[in-house]
Amino acid sequence: MSDVADRWVGTRYPRKEDAALLTGNARFIDDMEPVPGIRHAAILRSPHPHARIVSIDTSKADELAGVHGVVTGAEIADVINPIPSAIRVPIKFYPIAIDKVRYVGEPVAVVAAEDRYIAEDALELIEIEYDPLPATADPKFGASGDAAILHDDVGSNLVHHRTFRYGDPESAFENADTVVSLDWRYPRYASTPMETYGLVANFERQPDRYTIWSNFQGPFILHALMTGALGVAGNRLRLVTSPHSGGSFGIKQAMFPYMVLLAGCSKVLGCPLKWIEDRLEHLVGSSTASDRADRVEAAFSNDGELVGLRFENLVNVGAYVRAPEPASVYRMHAASNGCYRVQNIFVDNRLVVTNTTPIGLNRGYGGPQFYYALERVMDAGAKELGVDPAEIRRRNFIAPEAFPYNAPAGATYDSGDYETGLNQALDLADYDALKKRRDKARADGKLFGIGMAAGIEPSGSNMAYVTLAQTPEERAKAGGRSGGLGTATVSIDPSGSVTVKTVSTPAGQGHQTVAAQVVADALGLRPDQIDVVTEVDTLTSAWSLASGNYANRFSSVVVGAIAASAEKVARKISLIAAENLEVAPEDIELVGGEARVVGVPEKALPLRRVAAQTHWHPTGLPKELDPGLFETTIMNPPMLDAPDEQDRVASAVTFGYVFDLAAMEIDPKTGEIEIVKYVSVHDVGNVLNELVVEGQIYGGFAHGLGGAMLEELVYDAGANPQSGTFADYLCITAPEIPELTIGHFNTPSPHNSLGAKGMGDGSSMLAPTAVANAAADALGTFEIELPLTLNKIWAQANGQDYVRAGAARAKVGDGPHEDQGAGGGLTGGGNVELSATPEEVWKLLLDPDTLASVVPGCESLEQQGEDKFIAQVTIGVAGIKGTYDAEIELRDMVENTNVRLVGKASGALGFGNGEGLVSLKPLGDGRTMLSYSYQANVGGKVAAVGQRMLGTVTRLLIGQFFRGFERRLKSDGDQIGFLSRLFGRRR
Amino acid sequence: MLRVKPDQKQRIELTVNGRKYSGYATPRLLLTDFLRHELGLYGTHVGCEHGVCGACTIVIDGAATRSCLRYAVQCDGLELRTVEGLAVEDGALNDLQKAFNENGALQCGFCTAGILMSVTRFLEENPKPTRKEVTEMLSGHICRCTGYEQIIRAILQASGQ
Ligand code: FES
Ligand code: FES
Repeated sequence: MSDVADRWVGTRYPRKEDAALLTGNARFIDDMEPVPGIRHAAILRSPHPHARIVSIDTSKADELAGVHGVVTGAEIADVINPIPSAIRVPIKFYPIAIDKVRYVGEPVAVVAAEDRYIAEDALELIEIEYDPLPATADPKFGASGDAAILHDDVGSNLVHHRTFRYGDPESAFENADTVVSLDWRYPRYASTPMETYGLVANFERQPDRYTIWSNFQGPFILHALMTGALGVAGNRLRLVTSPHSGGSFGIKQAMFPYMVLLAGCSKVLGCPLKWIEDRLEHLVGSSTASDRADRVEAAFSNDGELVGLRFENLVNVGAYVRAPEPASVYRMHAASNGCYRVQNIFVDNRLVVTNTTPIGLNRGYGGPQFYYALERVMDAGAKELGVDPAEIRRRNFIAPEAFPYNAPAGATYDSGDYETGLNQALDLADYDALKKRRDKARADGKLFGIGMAAGIEPSGSNMAYVTLAQTPEERAKAGGRSGGLGTATVSIDPSGSVTVKTVSTPAGQGHQTVAAQVVADALGLRPDQIDVVTEVDTLTSAWSLASGNYANRFSSVVVGAIAASAEKVARKISLIAAENLEVAPEDIELVGGEARVVGVPEKALPLRRVAAQTHWHPTGLPKELDPGLFETTIMNPPMLDAPDEQDRVASAVTFGYVFDLAAMEIDPKTGEIEIVKYVSVHDVGNVLNELVVEGQIYGGFAHGLGGAMLEELVYDAGANPQSGTFADYLCITAPEIPELTIGHFNTPSPHNSLGAKGMGDGSSMLAPTAVANAAADALGTFEIELPLTLNKIWAQANGQDYVRAGAARAKVGDGPHEDQGAGGGLTGGGNVELSATPEEVWKLLLDPDTLASVVPGCESLEQQGEDKFIAQVTIGVAGIKGTYDAEIELRDMVENTNVRLVGKASGALGFGNGEGLVSLKPLGDGRTMLSYSYQANVGGKVAAVGQRMLGTVTRLLIGQFFRGFERRLKSDGDQIGFLSRLFGRRR
Repeated sequence: MLRVKPDQKQRIELTVNGRKYSGYATPRLLLTDFLRHELGLYGTHVGCEHGVCGACTIVIDGAATRSCLRYAVQCDGLELRTVEGLAVEDGALNDLQKAFNENGALQCGFCTAGILMSVTRFLEENPKPTRKEVTEMLSGHICRCTGYEQIIRAILQASGQ
């Protein structure tokens, strides 16, 4: 890089952040010990998806050496208030279960100890009696009247319902030539940042106040909710963010209940607490994008004009409506027309609570789901009308001269040229050649498909769009809400060094670099001469409700505030320099570290010296100037007004554009998908840093593709999470990513001074849809369910039903299957040929001593009454070994013929319940055929991390059982001992 | 053989980046926790603690190793290399680190230390890898920010290609 660039903004300036990160010098939250005396916290979490808490006994945990204390929900409820919600429903949301658990992973107790190891030991000593209730993870079943109610005070699992109409959707649909519709499901996945949640919470007295250091990302509107919950004034809750954060993608927004929880525990226990979430906790108990069960309809005229849209959205919000939900279904709302001119839109939004982790911000926030509806129904329309999918989009795009464009639901699109983007993508993909390739592949009997998706990317949110969840009357009553303040400070200290404070809490987005570029341009310096502080300290930073890192707000809003502050500093320096150099201020330019007279480069003063004068010699400044160089800008993008009475809201500041095109070939023999082409074209307004923009595009693409192909947080039909490790939740890795061809064009945004738009979501919103459209094209059906895993695609390519291996999953539309008393999970069975008579087998089978010696891992077994046994068994699954208390009842006994075993087991690592049927049939010759079948439901940690292994482990244990049984039969009866092969055949 | 009680700490001495270090560890203390919280070498990161993500990768006696799957007591007397030892003399970036910076191969940087250590060993063994080999090698690491492309470019650049 040369010393003097004309302009740093827009270059490929390598990031300032990198050196510290590359050398191990960057500090993350777990690297910090901001106060002495920290105790380490571990959280006991519910193994049940839905249960009443009957009793909690923490005495053994309390007594463990090294434990500082144990806190339960009841104690927390004494020191905090429920966390306020964005919608008015009678749900008391505490960050810990009080009397009922509603999802696996919900906190039920917190242990503080000398170190995390001891704290986790103590968790296993807490005894909790649960009374399990029926549970579901399925939004449709949850919303039906048949599901168990999660929140008794609400009386229904539907916690929010609003409808909206813009234009005249009814007549548009009535008069349309063609109407197409899709019922669709969207899976639950999460961006799983590599660094999990982490915080240190400290309560201090005189005055009573809390300080929390964390990797929280904002939005700091949640600070207000936290003070509400903690019952303190805003300046008595000090939030400090860590210098670095290991990724977030929205997920770290949802850590605020944990901040409240640990703050409360710090008060109860009287010491600072550190809590670092582990990966299992993260995957089952942090936050995810929403899964949905929706319907979309589109009305077209015969010439392919989109005349009406109807969205029926059913959002699985998880067990609680955690703020800022229901925002995920409202983020795209004001732009419900996507890239199109369509004016008549109907939206029906329903939110359902289920026994799953509460949802929250996740890359693209509501966008992937929205485009999965809109951009797939566009393809369905194209197919119905016999129009090329590219052409139908082209015909409906908003024309470039129509900007700024007022969308029917209230968004003001700043700038755009959607057709240019489409054309560029088609060129880069060589669309015609691709179509020929498809023809040829199909002629050869192959499955080949092309899919595309177009979308706008709203950035820089209006904090008020969430209030669309309220009716206009409710909003009027609650008082006005609007805006999305951006703040930034640029200062020069007495030594002449420049510091920028952005309160933008980045998690890898290069804010420091871009801020330095912007300020370098304004002050005539190099970016490396400018230090940037991105952390927030709510006691000392200039911050507001909208501060933080979300909704791509940095390049859409925050840069504007940075540029404005830098301009103020530059103007002040120019004025001072002008007086010193005796010229007019307009004749001063700031270049190369100097304030110099335009055209007379030798007439110059070092910038540092001019700046220093404001501190060292303030009395000598021009009279109209305030001393010091510390300029803060608080700016509100003026278009971000409150929603109007027709529920229209200007939801965002800038609207970028993404057009993605995917082509794939499917191997029907294996179900393998090869993406043979992927093109992504972006309009991000003026590019601030090419390298950073490119990185965001690749990263967003990987997230979108991961969601399309691999990633899903699976719950079984009993609402037990199955994806507790990175071996179960499959993050996309390097070999799974195809070559990406990127295209750019720019329509500068008139909505900020740099012409930039927000751009962090990118293809994370569109790749799932582009890929699904390609799969639909290849498979000839719109019945596509993400992620497109091998099994699923293989089944679809071969006309088979798809069943997930290992765990019965509620199929689309089903609740728990009726015939599954235990609620799903493991099933199996087999036959064993035994060399003894049914009478002998029967006797042995019901003999406690025999059972104790042959049940694998049995530590003790006792008969209680005629038909009940209690046992303690130790079993290891997937590297986690635990002891379980089991209770087995014998039912429907028909002597020497059959018996039904109904049992349940529970331990620190999870629980199981199930039943098995054993029947005996004489084979003659003194031999018996024993047949067995079982179904079991396994929950808790063991299901979340061991799901892959459960089927195998079960078969293994059953094998062990019968081998033991064989040995026992042998030693028990000589007459049968030598007739080897006690079980000849097992299926 | 030395027998220690589960909660009994013992002194561990090892070499990290050519310098002698010592600290105390109970038998079950993970090497990651020992490096980070006992020795203050925070450059090594923990992303999963179950051996999948690769964030904690360091070089132990010449082998790229997941440090979350090791106990500190297993490493008594061994030679470790961590991200803190990569920079050249005056703390300036080495060629691999430079290539990462120039190509935008990191964003949040949380996965980066592990990747750098794997790549360092990888390039010592395979100084001119193909793109495919680089991609395969990277499959042992999860990076949620970059989408990997810029990491692949950086590694190819560092290997002079
Ligand atoms: S932390 Fe060791 S592999 Fe993930
Ligand atoms: S740079 Fe963030 S996880 Fe790789």
